[in-house]
Amino acid sequence: MATEFHNLQELRHSASLANKVFIQRDYSEGTTCKFQTKFPSELESRIERTLFEDTVKTLNNYYAEAEKIGGQSYLEGCLACATAYLIFLCMETRYEKVLKKIGKYIQEQNEKIYAPRGLLITDPIERGMRVIEISIYEDRGSSGSSSGSSSVSGSTAR
Amino acid sequence: MSAVMITRKVRKWEKLPGKNTFCCDGRVMMARQKGVFYLTLFLIVGTCSLFFAFECPYLAVHLSPTIPVFAVLLFLFVIAMLLRTSFSDPGVLPRALPEEASFIEMEIEAANGNVPAGQRPPPRIRNVQINNQIVKLKYCYTCKIFRPPRASHCSICDNCVDRFDHHCPWVGNCVGKRNYRYFYLFTMSLSLLTIYIFTFDIVHVVMRSVDNGFLNTLKETPGSVLEVLVCFFTLWSVVGLTGFHTYLISLNQTTNEDIKGSWSGKNRVQNPYSHKNILKNCCEVLCGPAYPSVLDRRGLMQEDSSASATSAAPPGSSMSSSNSMSSSTAPPTMKTTAPLIPNEHTPEDVKPSLGASEQKSPSPKEQRPPTPKLPPLASPETDAEASITKDKTH
Repeated sequence: MATEFHNLQELRHSASLANKVFIQRDYSEGTTCKFQTKFPSELESRIERTLFEDTVKTLNNYYAEAEKIGGQSYLEGCLACATAYLIFLCMETRYEKVLKKIGKYIQEQNEKIYAPRGLLITDPIERGMRVIEISIYEDRGSSGSSSGSSSVSGSTAR
Repeated sequence: MSAVMITRKVRKWEKLPGKNTFCCDGRVMMARQKGVFYLTLFLIVGTCSLFFAFECPYLAVHLSPTIPVFAVLLFLFVIAMLLRTSFSDPGVLPRALPEEASFIEMEIEAANGNVPAGQRPPPRIRNVQINNQIVKLKYCYTCKIFRPPRASHCSICDNCVDRFDHHCPWVGNCVGKRNYRYFYLFTMSLSLLTIYIFTFDIVHVVMRSVDNGFLNTLKETPGSVLEVLVCFFTLWSVVGLTGFHTYLISLNQTTNEDIKGSWSGKNRVQNPYSHKNILKNCCEVLCGPAYPSVLDRRGLMQEDSSASATSAAPPGSSMSSSNSMSSSTAPPTMKTTAPLIPNEHTPEDVKPSLGASEQKSPSPKEQRPPTPKLPPLASPETDAEASITKDKTH
């Protein structure tokens, strides 16, 4: 039958890694961290387009918030400079705070949306903020690749 | 049944490729050659010590006690900025793991189509449009990634660095996105310190000479002569450097781009990163967010991934267990293993199966068959010319 996993534990024990998809960076607005929202063809049978796009857009918003150059970043920069950047030894930067939020968000998305569909998102920071790596798992019990779209609708009922 | 193995906890910095040296269990990251850095430190500390020993007592009494106080603060700031620049991660981009590398290979293969045998495949370039300007992203053969815009590969450290400015031997590290503002503040505060010491040296010598005569002054405070000499020669280079970087910052350019003439205006190319406003450019470079390091140097290597502990140690933090699981179950069941497609730019001995070679070799140049040792940078033309220009810088 199609891949259906109810939690990450089940994913780990009964699935084997089939493929990985890498969502590349979108440089159209410069060097700020932003990922392409183009839906990869490998995921077509695994997850709805809207869910995927929502995830990537939310991540992009988080990164935009972290890298925003405005009043708060100026204040942080000037204060840090005045203390010869020693303040960073005790204080967390705004970017680091947002990264923690991103980590939590990705874990939540994995648990609620991606793992039940046999997918797993890797936090971009573990890949040098270059790509969002999505691992596609196959059920070890099933032979061959997963069968079409029936898995997608069936697995979300919780 | 099986012998108990006492395995030492290995931190990720120990397995990072590239030619950096690490200290304090991964907290400090520098280039391999540190001799010039020690010289810099010696010159600054030595000159300031002489200043505090010879000039300050006299000036504190005869002029004002604030003079030495300000000198101490400035000196501490200079040292803090120097150490911050030298010891921090400049913005190194970790190398691609095998799956990512083969994914990129497949994309390149698909984009190039069928190349008839005997014909050279086209060079590996990806075009992106940034603010209505076409920017070419080049492929790095060492790191197996398409370099993000403004990133460049440093041949001395053997790493791709984001927003690469230059490799500075005086600070013993690359200057990149993460430590550029510290580098700039270092040069600026060092200029101020040099001017300050130079000025007060002259003032001191003049004041003493009025009382005791010039030759007696030199006999009483021989350090002054040395200080004046060091400051005089340092002044020109450091002040010039500060001015040059102020110019670069106002245009939002890097030294690397300036040297290569990327935005020099020929062919109507303009700098797509500049806000066309000096103040905005300065604010972005100096007051922008403090970017985090994407190399998790002090993270622990996964113990069960000794077979899959390949290449650039995946910079995984302990943020979520799901992420650590995904990185450890990776290689054995990978289906896609596209062989590396040789083209005119492929270095001679990096030909076969990229995906197959997953064993971590002890040398920094992993995933290469054990044939003649390749120089750290592969042949692509821009890397060769960039390494020459980098060596010339400062």
